[in-house]
Amino acid sequence: MNSGLLYALTGVGLFTLGLNALIMHAHLLRKILAINVMGSGVFLVLVALGGRVPGASPDPVPHAMVITGIVVAVSATALALALMLRVRAATGKPRLPEERQE
Amino acid sequence: MLAGLADTPWSVLVILWPLVGALACFLWPRHANPLGLLAALGSVACVATLAWQVVEQGAQRHAVGGWGAPLGIDLYADGLSLLMLVMTAMVGLGISIYSSGYFDRKTAAVFWPLWLFLWTALNALLLSADIFNLYVTLELLGLAAVALVALAGGANALTAAMRYLLVSLLGSLCYLLGVALLYHSFGSVDIAILAQRVEPLPSVWAATGLMSAGLLLKTALFPLHFWLPPAHASAPAPVSAMLSALVVMASFYILLRLWLEIFPLSGAALGQLLGLLGAAAVLWGGIQALRQTRLKLLIAYSTVAQLGYLFLAFPLGTSFAWKGALYLLLSHALAKAAMFMAAGNILRFGGHDRIADLDRVVQRLPLTLTAFSLAGISLMGLPPSGGFIGKWLLLDAALYSGQWWWALILITGGLLTAAYVFKVVGYAFTPAEVSHEARTVPARMEWTALLLALAAVLLGLFALWPLTLLDIGSPLAGGYAG
Repeated sequence: MNSGLLYALTGVGLFTLGLNALIMHAHLLRKILAINVMGSGVFLVLVALGGRVPGASPDPVPHAMVITGIVVAVSATALALALMLRVRAATGKPRLPEERQE
Repeated sequence: MLAGLADTPWSVLVILWPLVGALACFLWPRHANPLGLLAALGSVACVATLAWQVVEQGAQRHAVGGWGAPLGIDLYADGLSLLMLVMTAMVGLGISIYSSGYFDRKTAAVFWPLWLFLWTALNALLLSADIFNLYVTLELLGLAAVALVALAGGANALTAAMRYLLVSLLGSLCYLLGVALLYHSFGSVDIAILAQRVEPLPSVWAATGLMSAGLLLKTALFPLHFWLPPAHASAPAPVSAMLSALVVMASFYILLRLWLEIFPLSGAALGQLLGLLGAAAVLWGGIQALRQTRLKLLIAYSTVAQLGYLFLAFPLGTSFAWKGALYLLLSHALAKAAMFMAAGNILRFGGHDRIADLDRVVQRLPLTLTAFSLAGISLMGLPPSGGFIGKWLLLDAALYSGQWWWALILITGGLLTAAYVFKVVGYAFTPAEVSHEARTVPARMEWTALLLALAAVLLGLFALWPLTLLDIGSPLAGGYAG
């Protein structure tokens, strides 16, 4: 197993861990962090698979994609944090209410 | 002059114009209303010129900054994306005019930049020629949409917006992981290049699964629709209209493009699964809509049901079926925008949207109720509406391919739609026990709803032009089931 594949598998592992946390945790801050962990996992996969041929210089295109992805992730996180504070101010709790069954 | 027009890359201006408009509205919030309307009109003009260019010269490809694929970003306009752009422009103009009467000065200053950013993202998404650019525009669209839902304030809207944001981010990340796998396997993100190189590898299967799952979550296909009704129902009326009419369609458009161009090998089994989920959405959404007591929730569940129809084309896979689904998409966008606007008028007029207390809306807001009924006719699929043509094409494709059970779903769905539309119309004719204080509704809000609903119905009479437009440089001609 080369190191690129190892990193890529780690990335998939991070994605899965983050997905698990996103579903299991109720606190919104944890959910937002979980999304960020998932995002880092995807970025790791992108970068790791960029070095396809061992020894050759890595493909720069995935790096450009990851930089774009990080910009998107930062703005999404900012919006999520701002929204979380508004939710807490409006409902008193930093979590989503359970689904109401009618 | 005409040669200059023909050489201008209008696809760039289609994105640039609303973007500049958004920035202008942000910088001069006092004049947000006139500036926003100007930006909306300009965007419509740009789309119209692009349409002329595509019809005259065929599909347009523009390399941004002269770089070109595979390194640079390409903008690509064919019949399919053009039709979606024109639909967006029509609904967008309607929403802009409606909003100029809906919001007070303070909210308008926040609404206009966000709405124009959303429009920019939508236009950019429809013109994107590579799957990574689609990811970026999808994220931009999602962020603007979430902020617009939160605009209503209050605990309901804020929690709905938060849930919407988490779902939207989850969907985009699944999609991005699929992009990473496809890039790794074939060394490109350009749709045209991928279409040539794609082979049935395990990584393509994984990418198909991940990208489809992410996009289905964003399109709110049953059973992934849980986030849609609260988000669409608690947003301000023009925002509900744009979410139901435009935003969910964007992820469906991406799925359709990928399905037609990159995943033609994914074959029939996944198509049948999507069709099954679509059928479940039609029935479940229809039944839930019937059970609702609030008008806006009813319309939101109706969106869940109508989205289901679009997925009935996947198991059929013929050119007729795709065209039928796209036609349904167009008429649904117009009709649903009109319906949410009508609901917004009723809500403003009576101060509530409880269906049982609608209290003779018909005498006081005749235009609004006409708009609601006309939109309902298109959703039910009665002739001569646009919904009828779409359902007819799908029905035809279902019977032609021998899969008659999809036809049953189409008909049952139509009956359910009729039931919930008549439920609303019926209450609007009867006097309620509680009388309420009435507020006036600006005339432009009533007229835009009516004109959009009318357009949805008229779409059935002028079906030929959009259907031939779809053939320009479009992948719709083939389809794996022939």
